[in-house]
Amino acid sequence: MQKQECIAMLLAGGQGSRLGVLTKYLAKPAVPYGGKYRIIDFPLSNCVNSGINTVGVLTQYQPLELTDYIGNGQPWDLDRASGGVHVLSPYQQIKGSQWYKGTANAIYQNIHFIDRYAPEYVLILSGDHIYKMDYAAMLDFHKAKDAACTIAMLEVPWEEASRFGLMHTGADGRITAFEEKPKNPKSNQASMGVYVFTWAKLRAYLIADEARTDSSNDFGNDVIPAMHTAGEGMFAFPFEGYWKDVGTIESLWEANLDLLNPKVDLDLSDPDWKIYSRNPASPPQFVAAGASVQDAMVSAGCTIEGTVDFSILFPQVTVEEDALVRDSILMPGVTVKRGAKVQYAIVAENAVIDENAAVGARPEDFESPDGWGITVVGSGLRVGCGAVIAPSAMLEYDVEGGE
Amino acid sequence: MRVNNILGILFSNSYDEALPEITNMRTMGSVPFAGRYRMIDFPLSGMVNCGITKVGVITKSNYRSLMDHLAQGRPWDLARKHEGMVLLPPFSSGGVAGNQTRMEGLCGALEFLKNSREEFVVMSDCHVVGNLDYRALLEAHAASGADITLAAKRGTAPKLDCMRLKTDDAMRVREIAMSHDAAANCLYSLNTFVLRKALLERLLQDAMNLGRGDFERDLLQANVQSLRIHAVEIPDFVRLIDSLQGYYDASMALLEAENRHALFDARRPILTKVQDDMPTIYGLRSRVKNCLVTDGCQLEGEAEHCILSRGVRIEAGAVVRSCILMQGTYVGAGVRLENVITDKAVTVKPGKTLVSAENYPIYLGKKIVV
Repeated sequence: MQKQECIAMLLAGGQGSRLGVLTKYLAKPAVPYGGKYRIIDFPLSNCVNSGINTVGVLTQYQPLELTDYIGNGQPWDLDRASGGVHVLSPYQQIKGSQWYKGTANAIYQNIHFIDRYAPEYVLILSGDHIYKMDYAAMLDFHKAKDAACTIAMLEVPWEEASRFGLMHTGADGRITAFEEKPKNPKSNQASMGVYVFTWAKLRAYLIADEARTDSSNDFGNDVIPAMHTAGEGMFAFPFEGYWKDVGTIESLWEANLDLLNPKVDLDLSDPDWKIYSRNPASPPQFVAAGASVQDAMVSAGCTIEGTVDFSILFPQVTVEEDALVRDSILMPGVTVKRGAKVQYAIVAENAVIDENAAVGARPEDFESPDGWGITVVGSGLRVGCGAVIAPSAMLEYDVEGGE
Repeated sequence: MRVNNILGILFSNSYDEALPEITNMRTMGSVPFAGRYRMIDFPLSGMVNCGITKVGVITKSNYRSLMDHLAQGRPWDLARKHEGMVLLPPFSSGGVAGNQTRMEGLCGALEFLKNSREEFVVMSDCHVVGNLDYRALLEAHAASGADITLAAKRGTAPKLDCMRLKTDDAMRVREIAMSHDAAANCLYSLNTFVLRKALLERLLQDAMNLGRGDFERDLLQANVQSLRIHAVEIPDFVRLIDSLQGYYDASMALLEAENRHALFDARRPILTKVQDDMPTIYGLRSRVKNCLVTDGCQLEGEAEHCILSRGVRIEAGAVVRSCILMQGTYVGAGVRLENVITDKAVTVKPGKTLVSAENYPIYLGKKIVV
């Protein structure tokens, strides 16, 4: 195996349980995002754009769709003679079989994979985040500081800081203290879950961590505090730009519609930093004479005859005449039939909203503001003719007409 | 007939002269069409969709854009360990320089033909917009026992050197007339042929020995009695590009649902190079109606009855009607365009007006700034 200076390990085993029905059959990194992408396209594209050509993708929860999607890595230019993308799932060993117990354990179980490339540095990434980042700049920073560990850091609004793992830093960027989701934050410098480690250091700490019976084998809870306590050189690498953890239905909905906000700093049209994805063979989209499409992002293969306003349409979505789609995310292959209304909703792949059905409602049209929320329709479901699906409902089964 | 026993041959430069404006810099096969495609995608996808795994592409000149588009043939699943997509550059053996005619192109590819193990050959030109069911064509060839089967269309013949066919009731071709006028209501060849490779090799060898140089006249027309040539009529949407006007009309025909559904039949998808553009963004006050739109556009203004290719930008206040805008065309604020075809990376600066008639579209060449 050819030696690599830096390889990336992408943690993609998470269920994303707060996404409910959307992650019933697929891991969170495989959740569709942004009209034609899946969340994992962002870290994968960042890797290849940063010159990192060896990526281990650690899967565990519902890996079929994710594994299938990654394939041989060709869409991301990661089908390499040496290196490239490798899907790493938990495996059986002589001492028994073991699931990945935590993020650190997942890397621990793949020490042999990393050792084959004898890297100087290992980049640890999460498959759950939407952002564009040059990891090469972070690696340079790590080298310049002669750090054992560098953590990408984002300044978040103070009112949100308590949701994050926070860091306190000195003038040179050295991390002096950590706070994990504190009630009264004293810092607004949040960890993005992007780490560069000097591999020799991390390797030793992973082995030590595995030997401890009281460890949860997690980077944030165990390995990083252990390194900090031992006085290793730990630095925060400041990141500026768009970064979003799409952990909940609301944040997934918001992150999608952020793409329609010109003030949001996430340009997907930059030819020098393309976000790659596996593309279906679809004809161009067709907007009919009677259609109205405004403030929307629409993908290949869509047919729009009705009204689409402030929405994201993935490939091969059909919106028939007199149908209305507003403030919504329609994933690949969704059909909205004549007269149906979809508002403030996420409709998963291949679902059919039958004639005159109504999915979701605008907050201003809903009597009790407390019960209002984004409506979610699971993949492949059918919402029958004239059915009404209330705001914040999460559909797991077909709904007959008129219900 | 096992499909992996069939070799595909495409003539990438066929009828370049019919579209001199757009083929000035490229081959007919690499002429952009319907937003995201190149002309070669249609016959190439047809071949691949019927299971053919080896396609030779005969080139003549200006084929850099074609090579860029096809590369190793991955989008068509032809990036195979052996064979798959084979680009056949001009091959000159004593005297004949550059493949000028179909015959010369084939003669140049004779070694390739002889080295191929397939029993049958399917050949097509690249000025054919359609989603031909090659499997049906191959089945018809096997069923009729013909020596040569060719796809044909009934209607108004294109304004090209084109074979008009007279057949008997069993669809055997009895008479071939070479015409150049747009004769109405005739059966004309779509220049998609099926025949045994051995027969093609023999015909080519004979023609070379006798110094005959025209495939249609010397091999088909001259042999119409001795060879059993059968025609298969294609009922679906097919257009041959015979002029800039023909290109314009064939493009606009896709705004009709019936034609669009025929060309983009999901059972036989048209495959093309992947570009990784972001989806198209429709602005807050955009007004887009009756348009075929490719990924990567940013539309703020008004567009009606248009074909918009990848990365087209229409600024607010611009009005674009009945136009074909190719990749990366920029339409500035307040511009008015009507019946205009723009080639790649054309810029129309703010406030300009270009209006032509439906039967006389204006063409703006690559990278022109208005």
